[in-house]
Amino acid sequence: MSKQEQHWEKSKGLLMMTLAIWFVFSIGIFLFGAEMNEVTGPFGYPLTYWFTCQGSLGIFVLLIFWFANRQEKIDEEFGFSERGDD
Amino acid sequence: MIKGNFIDNLPKVYGIYTGGFLAFIIIMSIAEQMGMTAKTIGICFVAFTVAIYAIIGYLSRTAQADAYYVAGRQVPTVFNGMATAADWMSGASFVAMAGGIYFKGYGYMALLVGWTGGYVLVASLLAPYLRKFGCYTVPDFIGTRYGGNLSRFMAVVVLTVASFTYVTAQINATGTIASVALDIPFQYAVYVGLISILLCSMLGGMRGVTWTQVAQYIVLIIAYLLPVFWISNKMGAGFFPHFMLADEVSRIAELEAQFGFVKNSAENLKEVPKGLAGITKAHSAVNATPWAFISLALAMMMGTASLPHVMMRYFTTPSVKAARKSVGWSLFFIFLLYSSAPMLATLSKLSLIDPSLPTGIIGKSIAEVQSIDWYQNWNQANLMFVSDFNGNGTLELNEFFMGGKAVVLATPEIAGLPYVISGLVAAGGMAAAMSTADGLILAIANAISHDVYYKIIDPKAETAKRLVVARVLLVVIGFAGATIAALEIQGILGSVIWAFDFAMSGLFFPLVLGVWWKRANKEGAIAGMFLGLVSGAAYLVWVRTGGSGFLGITQLTFGIFGSAVSLVAMVVVSLMTQAPNAATQKMVDEVRVPSGKSILGKQH
Repeated sequence: MSKQEQHWEKSKGLLMMTLAIWFVFSIGIFLFGAEMNEVTGPFGYPLTYWFTCQGSLGIFVLLIFWFANRQEKIDEEFGFSERGDD
Repeated sequence: MIKGNFIDNLPKVYGIYTGGFLAFIIIMSIAEQMGMTAKTIGICFVAFTVAIYAIIGYLSRTAQADAYYVAGRQVPTVFNGMATAADWMSGASFVAMAGGIYFKGYGYMALLVGWTGGYVLVASLLAPYLRKFGCYTVPDFIGTRYGGNLSRFMAVVVLTVASFTYVTAQINATGTIASVALDIPFQYAVYVGLISILLCSMLGGMRGVTWTQVAQYIVLIIAYLLPVFWISNKMGAGFFPHFMLADEVSRIAELEAQFGFVKNSAENLKEVPKGLAGITKAHSAVNATPWAFISLALAMMMGTASLPHVMMRYFTTPSVKAARKSVGWSLFFIFLLYSSAPMLATLSKLSLIDPSLPTGIIGKSIAEVQSIDWYQNWNQANLMFVSDFNGNGTLELNEFFMGGKAVVLATPEIAGLPYVISGLVAAGGMAAAMSTADGLILAIANAISHDVYYKIIDPKAETAKRLVVARVLLVVIGFAGATIAALEIQGILGSVIWAFDFAMSGLFFPLVLGVWWKRANKEGAIAGMFLGLVSGAAYLVWVRTGGSGFLGITQLTFGIFGSAVSLVAMVVVSLMTQAPNAATQKMVDEVRVPSGKSILGKQH
C-alpha cells in the first residue's frame, strides 16, 4: 500500500470515530430523551434538558478540536502536513 | 499606535474596537441618566454601529480577485471563527431563538443541537478538503470536480434557491429592527437595512465582509450576554446563569404543575392578535417524540454542512490545517450565544409567571397587569396580550400571550434594566441580521459572477470587469431580496429552516461524495442535485397544500426526503455511467492530502 493510501486509511478511521461520537450526542441519546430526563444531570438540570442546552453543544466544540489535532498528527506522520505555519 | 501589517495587528485593532464599544455603552448610560430619551438612545446605538461597519467596509476596498472572493486567504483561525459565527447567527438566532425555546421547549431545542452538530460534519467531511481545492465558491468545487458547465450551473441554482430563501428573512429582520429603532415605516426600513448591508460588502467583497463580521460578532455577543448576566444577578438567580439556574428550571416545572396547561377554546383564541402565543408546553420536560426531535436535528445538521455562505468562510483561511481549527473556533463562538438562549428563556419565563417575584404577573388582577408601563408598551407594539377568558378577574397562565421576539426584546425592560440595554439589544440584533445577510448576498453574487459569468459566459473577462459584474449583481440581488422581504410572506424562522432543507436536498451528497467517493461522476452529481432539489421542493409544496406527508417528515424537515432522493439518484446514475477519468481521480487523491499545491491556482 502506498504512503498516500495508508494516510487515507488512517484518515477514514479517524472520520469514522469522529462521526460515531457525533452520532451518539446528536442522535443516539435523544432516542431515550424521556427516560434520561428523569435523571439529574450536571449543575442539577434534568439530564436531557442539560444535553440540549449545553452538553451536546459543548461536546461538539471539543470534538472538532480533538479531530483537528488527530488529523494533524496523521498528516505529519506521513509527511503530508503543510509547509510554514498559520 | 499601529505599525506594520494589518493582519499582525488584528488583536490590537479589535481590542481597541471592543474597548471603544464598551466606552460607548457607558457614555450612553450616562446620557440616559442625564435625560436622553429612549428613542434617541436607540437611534444612537443603531447609527453608531452601522457607521463603524460602513467605515470598515470602505477601508477594506479592493481591486484584486482573490481579495474580493476569498479575502486574500489570510484570515487567522480565531478571527475567521468570529466572522463565521456572525455569518451563521442570523436575526433568527438572535431575536427569535430564545422565544422559540420559551414557547416550545424541548421540541424546539432540536434546533440548538442541529445548528451546532452540523459543524462536526463541516470540519470532518468538507471544509479542509474544499480549502485544499482552492476554489472561490462552492459551485467552483462542483464544476471542477465533476467537470462540465451543467454541473456547475446546477450547483449555482441550488445555492441561489437556498440562500435567497434565507436572505429575504434576514433583510426582513434588519428592516424590523431598523423600523423600531429609527421609528420609520417597515417598507422604508427594509431599504435602510439593505443599504447598510451593501455598505459592508460592495467595495471589499469577502475582505470587507470578513472584517465587518468580526466587528459585528463583538457587538452581538456583548448585546446578548450582558443582559442575560445582568438579569440573572438582578433576580438573584445566580451569578453565572449557565451553571446556576437548576433551581429556577425546577421552579418553573413546579409552577407549571400548579397552574396546569388549560386549553383555550378556538373562540377565545380568535381574540388573540396574530403571531402571539401562550405557554402551552412544558419548559424542561421532554415534549416531543424521539423521531420529531431527531429528524429536525438531522435536517439542520446536514443543512449546515451544505450552506454555501458558511462553507465559503473556510476558503479564506491561510491553510488546510487552519481551516479545520477554524471550524472549532466558529462553533465555540456560536456556543457562547446558543448556550445562553435557554438561560434567557428560563429567566424571562420565571420572572413573568412566578407570583412570588415582584415582576410576576400571573395571579394578579387583569386590570393591574393592564396598567403596568411595560405591558402597555409591548401591547402597543403587538407583542403582548392578556384577556380574561374565564371572567374571574385574575390573570391565569392560559390568558397571557406574547410574541416570540419579546423574550429577547422585552425581558430587559420587564426586569427593570435601564433603557440603554434595550438600545444595545437592538444594535446586536441588527449586527446579527446584517452579518448573515451580507454573507448570503455575497455567496449568491459571487457564484453568479464567478461561476456563471466568468466560467461559463466569458472566460476571457479581465479582473476589473469581473469585479464590476460581481458588484452589480450584489446590488441587484440585494434589491430583489429587499423587495420580497417588504412583502412579508413567511415568518423569519420558517424561511430560515426551509433554506437548510433546500441546501441539503441539492448539495449535501454531491459535496460529500465529491471528496469521499472517487467513483462519483458528472452524470451522478447532476442527477443528485437536480432530483434532490426538485423532489424536496415538491414534497414541501405537497405538504403545504394539505398533503399528509410520510414517515413523520414535515414541511420543516423536507430536506430529509430530498437528500435521500439525491443520494439514491447520485449513486445509481454514477454506477450506470462511466467512471471519472484518471485526471479526475488523481485530483481527488490530491485533495485528500493537505500538502502540495491547491487544485485551482491562486488567480483563476
